[in-house]
Amino acid sequence: MESCYHCGDPCRKSTISHLDKLFCCNGCKTVFEILNDHDLTYYYDLQHTPGKTPLAIEGRYDFLENKDIVDQLLEFDEQQTQIVSFVIPHIHCSSCIWVLENLNKLHPAVKSAQVNFPEKSVRISYNSAETTLKELVLLLCRIGYEPSISLDDFNKKEKNVDRSLIYKLGVAGFAFGNIMFLSFPEYFEVHEFWLEQFKGLFRWLMFAFSVPVVFYSARDYFISAYKGLRSGFLNIDVPIAIGVTVLFLRSTLEIIMDWGTGFFDSLAGLIFFLLLGKFFQHKTYAFLSFERDYKSYFPIAVTRLVKKDGAAGKETAYSKSKPSATEEQQTPVYELQPGDRILVRHNELIPTDGILIHGTALIDYSFVTGEAIPVTKQSGDKIYAGGRQQAGVIEVEITKAVEQSYLTQLWNNSVFSTNKATAFENLTDQISRRFTIGILSIAVIATAYWLFIDPAMAFNVFTAVLIVACPCAIALAAPFTLGNMLRIYGRHQLYLKESSVIEQMAQVDMVVFDKTGTLTAHQKNGITYQGITLSEEELQVLHSTLRASNHPLSRALYDLLDDHGIYTLDDFKEETGQGIMGIYGTTQIKVGSQQFVGHHGTAIQSLDTQVHISTNNNYKGCYIFYNNYRTGMEDLFKQLSSRVQLAILSGDNDGERTFLQSQLPDRAILKFNQKPDDKLFFIKQLQDQGKRVMMVGDGLNDAGALAQSDVGIAVSEDVNVFSPACDGIIDASRLMHLHDYMSISKKAVSIIKYAFILSLMYNLVGLAFAVTGHLMPVVAAILMPVSSISIVVFTTVCTALLGRKINFK
Amino acid sequence: MSIIYVLITVSVIVAVIFFTAFVYSVKRGQYDDTYTPSVRMLFEDELVKTTTPKAPAQKENNNQ
Repeated sequence: MESCYHCGDPCRKSTISHLDKLFCCNGCKTVFEILNDHDLTYYYDLQHTPGKTPLAIEGRYDFLENKDIVDQLLEFDEQQTQIVSFVIPHIHCSSCIWVLENLNKLHPAVKSAQVNFPEKSVRISYNSAETTLKELVLLLCRIGYEPSISLDDFNKKEKNVDRSLIYKLGVAGFAFGNIMFLSFPEYFEVHEFWLEQFKGLFRWLMFAFSVPVVFYSARDYFISAYKGLRSGFLNIDVPIAIGVTVLFLRSTLEIIMDWGTGFFDSLAGLIFFLLLGKFFQHKTYAFLSFERDYKSYFPIAVTRLVKKDGAAGKETAYSKSKPSATEEQQTPVYELQPGDRILVRHNELIPTDGILIHGTALIDYSFVTGEAIPVTKQSGDKIYAGGRQQAGVIEVEITKAVEQSYLTQLWNNSVFSTNKATAFENLTDQISRRFTIGILSIAVIATAYWLFIDPAMAFNVFTAVLIVACPCAIALAAPFTLGNMLRIYGRHQLYLKESSVIEQMAQVDMVVFDKTGTLTAHQKNGITYQGITLSEEELQVLHSTLRASNHPLSRALYDLLDDHGIYTLDDFKEETGQGIMGIYGTTQIKVGSQQFVGHHGTAIQSLDTQVHISTNNNYKGCYIFYNNYRTGMEDLFKQLSSRVQLAILSGDNDGERTFLQSQLPDRAILKFNQKPDDKLFFIKQLQDQGKRVMMVGDGLNDAGALAQSDVGIAVSEDVNVFSPACDGIIDASRLMHLHDYMSISKKAVSIIKYAFILSLMYNLVGLAFAVTGHLMPVVAAILMPVSSISIVVFTTVCTALLGRKINFK
Repeated sequence: MSIIYVLITVSVIVAVIFFTAFVYSVKRGQYDDTYTPSVRMLFEDELVKTTTPKAPAQKENNNQ
């Protein structure tokens, strides 16, 4: 099959040929024409089939005509120059960068555009006298680069990027290099005449360089050690802070008293390596967000219906008179008041709780509650925030402001405000407790011993022990191992928020899955037919009828019947929320609910969704839609059950209990009809029993449970689109490898342990020098970098070998 | 040998200049996006080729 020149999708029936190139649809062809007209076809040379089919956008961006909203979105607004940034999830290749940065060729009002590829964002500067923001967005949509604008962008504050770590690293590196350079002559103890003359100058210069290192670069270690001590907790920063202090004081004393050159080189090197480890550990995925809440899911504005009387007439915003003497108005969601009426169009999101006034609602709550099948609502029914309208236009009267809706209330739970990472005692801190106590006792014993033998040496030995024991290598083991693992996971499409998640993952002994969207794939249903077999003619009419409907079930069924031809129907009718009817020649076909097709007999007892068919008012049978579980699920359960306990929580009904039970080991827990709060509570209960819980979920309904669990992993079909706040995002295609990811995390933890042993050996060697009173600056200056570097090499090599093992396809 | 004082001063000043340059570049956000510029720098020539088809020919002449 030919594939589309623009988007690369296989061309189905409706292949369009234009200028010797094939396109799968008119949308793709139009994009090509736009680019071709503006001499931008290099877009296609740079990368093979880089494009995306532009989606229908009628009315979707009308809210950009509201000046208040535009003001909120603009980054800079001064007379002729306006600057705006958009996140465009489709940005994925060099062609994207190229075409977006040449946006000024498509529209003269655009002055410049700059893409930030890692963040998948584009910053556009334009002239508002020549175009509007809405036109700009529509232009982007027309070439297939639809920006994502959500409530999150509203009131966006200046991003304050914290670059202090880079500065600290820079200061430490700068000082380290210079101090090394200055202390070089003394390493070899050459007693050369001129060198003796300049010794004092060199030493004081080293002192000057080390001051910013101690008081600026190492500041975090002192703060953290102080905080740890105050809460009665010996973290790894305590021995580091002691070591740094002793190094600095002793070295200063040495140069004042002219005893020697001090350990400024080791001091700067130590801080530099430690910060390097910290920097390495902070691998961030700029295009992902782990802190998202409902705001990034919600629209920024809705269509409000305002009664057309004098007061409303003043509104300058978009208005269109309707026969019912109301006018449509684009309003920011935050301004919605109880009592307002809003219009929700096909595929739009319901922003807050309300009552349905007009129209038939078919609302897909799968993301909010976990119910897989859209529900039908009649006028007068209550509808809740977060559902997506699937059929036609509805009018809703709002009963609650956005902040008070059922959905947003969930975010008031305290689990969203507590920081998980601080409560977790990581491996390094565990070992540091014993380590610190051990070091202090060695220092005291050695000093006491020397006080008897040679009191003059006692001070020297005491400080030497604290200097050499400074756990640089230990502190580096975890950052480098976990930092490497984070990158390896990232390459295999498991994106973790921070490296401590890996350690937590290694300790998990209970895994809880959500069902809808996590174990089942979205929109891909298994379909079977039960009833009287349909003739070829009937199937063809059915296929043609389904073609005209936009209902998700119709689309799924339409794809199933793709082999059959298409007739031009004589008549077609769609009853929203009920079904569809099509007539061709003498065949009349009805597809939809049981009442709609006029079947009064006993229905097949099943909780699965059914679509009934009748021809010429004779009932034929029904198509049954099964949830489609991801392949490999049973294997995953089998692998996991050997290691951890399993549970499944579902917001759906228990129609698939027996099936799931057959897949799961006996001990597994199955719970259905779980509300978001129930899931959160269930996780909490497990934790109270001493379990370490990993939650795997996908939707807003899992957000509470993901936040409560020790490790919350969000499953996403497309990592660029919304996923709730979590500790990690896994690509749906890799979910079945979850067991491998978990066992690798365990191995990573053992690598850290081996690295600890290795660094303890270095410490022992150093201590041998220290307690015997032989610690020369040159020994410290060699031992410290050698131990640090060998730890870095060891962990890097080990993790690389481990990373090579994961090679699943 | 007192020239060493001058040399040391000069070397420290040079080092400090480079250090300030580093801080300045970080502050300006030059390290915020390290990927896109690497792709962008490869575009310029092809852009000329597509917008004015005769450009490559002229370029060759210039090179000769």
